Amino acid sequence: MRRVVVTGLGLVTPLGADVETTWANILAGKSGAGPITKFDASNQKCRIACEVKPADHEYGFDANQRVDHKVQRQVDPFIVFGIDAAGQAIEDAGLENMDEAMRLRAGCSIGSGIGGLPGIESESLVLAEKGPGRVSPHFVHGRLINLISGQVSIKYGLMGPNHAVVTACSTGAHSIGDAARMIRDDDADIMLAGGAESTICPIGIAGFAQARALSTAFNDEPTRASRPYDQARDGFVMGEGAGVVVLEEYEHAKARGAKIYAEVVGYGLSGDAYHVTAPHPEGSGAFRSMEMALRKAGLAPADIDYINAHGTSTPLGDELELGAVRRLFGDAIETVSMSSTKSAIGHLLGGAGAVESIFCILALRDQIVPPTLNLDNPSDSCQGVDLVPYTAKKREVRAVLNNSFGFGGTNASLVMKKID
Amino acid sequence: MSDTADRVKKIVVEHLGVEADKVTEEASFIDDLGADSLDIVELVMAFEEEFGVEIPDDAAEKISTVSDAIKYIEENKG
Repeated sequence: MRRVVVTGLGLVTPLGADVETTWANILAGKSGAGPITKFDASNQKCRIACEVKPADHEYGFDANQRVDHKVQRQVDPFIVFGIDAAGQAIEDAGLENMDEAMRLRAGCSIGSGIGGLPGIESESLVLAEKGPGRVSPHFVHGRLINLISGQVSIKYGLMGPNHAVVTACSTGAHSIGDAARMIRDDDADIMLAGGAESTICPIGIAGFAQARALSTAFNDEPTRASRPYDQARDGFVMGEGAGVVVLEEYEHAKARGAKIYAEVVGYGLSGDAYHVTAPHPEGSGAFRSMEMALRKAGLAPADIDYINAHGTSTPLGDELELGAVRRLFGDAIETVSMSSTKSAIGHLLGGAGAVESIFCILALRDQIVPPTLNLDNPSDSCQGVDLVPYTAKKREVRAVLNNSFGFGGTNASLVMKKID
Repeated sequence: MSDTADRVKKIVVEHLGVEADKVTEEASFIDDLGADSLDIVELVMAFEEEFGVEIPDDAAEKISTVSDAIKYIEENKG
């Protein structure tokens, strides 16, 4: 069977505009949260977010690095973040100069949970105030979810599969899993896979706040708001950014002498079949997703050293996920480390699964696991589990599990390990 | 250079992300400045906003160079 490995990484996050800066800040226990600066949020219930920082910030993002001026003007920020992260991954993998034969076998699977919400919001206002003749001719293709994959394929000449997953907050993980299958099934040798999101706009914040999904109790202390597993947690903090990996068929990567970060060995998917926003009360979907990923990987729970949890900091979700892990892992719960990096960068929605998979890969590379911030008083059901409070932890990391769950009751789990 | 020409060129530079010195009056939006047909739709909208003129579709189709745009605006602005 064709094996699938990771040979390139790209990140745009609230803690950095590249992989190494983000990772250093994550390991240092920094928080990317702050008051919302993109618009006046004074009338919102939630007034905080984890924004990608402007170019003049210490770890800010400069769109001009990899995205054409014209494209920047025409598309929503989630596409800009996605193009940049994909470019980073291509450069990291040493694939800037692929010949035509290689590009015919290289594709994209970069999705988003919601897509161009800020642009939909602003152009709707243009329509209402100025009429249909003032709506941008770039409105549609500047907001569509599959336009990261579209833009990246055009920019780099990638003529293989062109795909985009839309599964809310599990998009990033499904994107990587689906793309890995495309390589395994011989549809492609190389896939750019990941997710991006940027919905920190009035309708985005209001919508999630009305769904009672966002934290509203820490508007005056933004860095304390995202607190997975903590008793005082009251909802997630919205993040933004993108994560993209280069997936590559193992022999293909070996033949060109590529640096190989990890192998994607397991992918599990399931549906809760329960409720549009609430997780299944027994965590059954989460359990089955993880179980499938482990079975496909041929690994036992005791082989997993680190779990990057979905752990969004909502009152219901965190403990249900942990309960499912506890049931699946049995005694192995005592040896695994499990943390939620959403405590530092917030919830990147459709980007989360990809960004967090990259953190898993870096944990494998560096043999260190990132912390869960703000874990002052873990909920009772979290006792006896190493949630890596506050401080990154050096430890052996042989294999990792990433969980992502989304509205609609959709679940995805990925298992990766160091190459044998 | 007329005030209209200056303002037209500024809009073209901003929308197409091209160097100002490439935006000569003879420059073709598509052949010289890298625009596609949708970019021209957007430019025409920007000219309408800036100059308070209406540029109907049949007139817009005839605007292919910077000087075409300047000329149309000069002749039709209120």
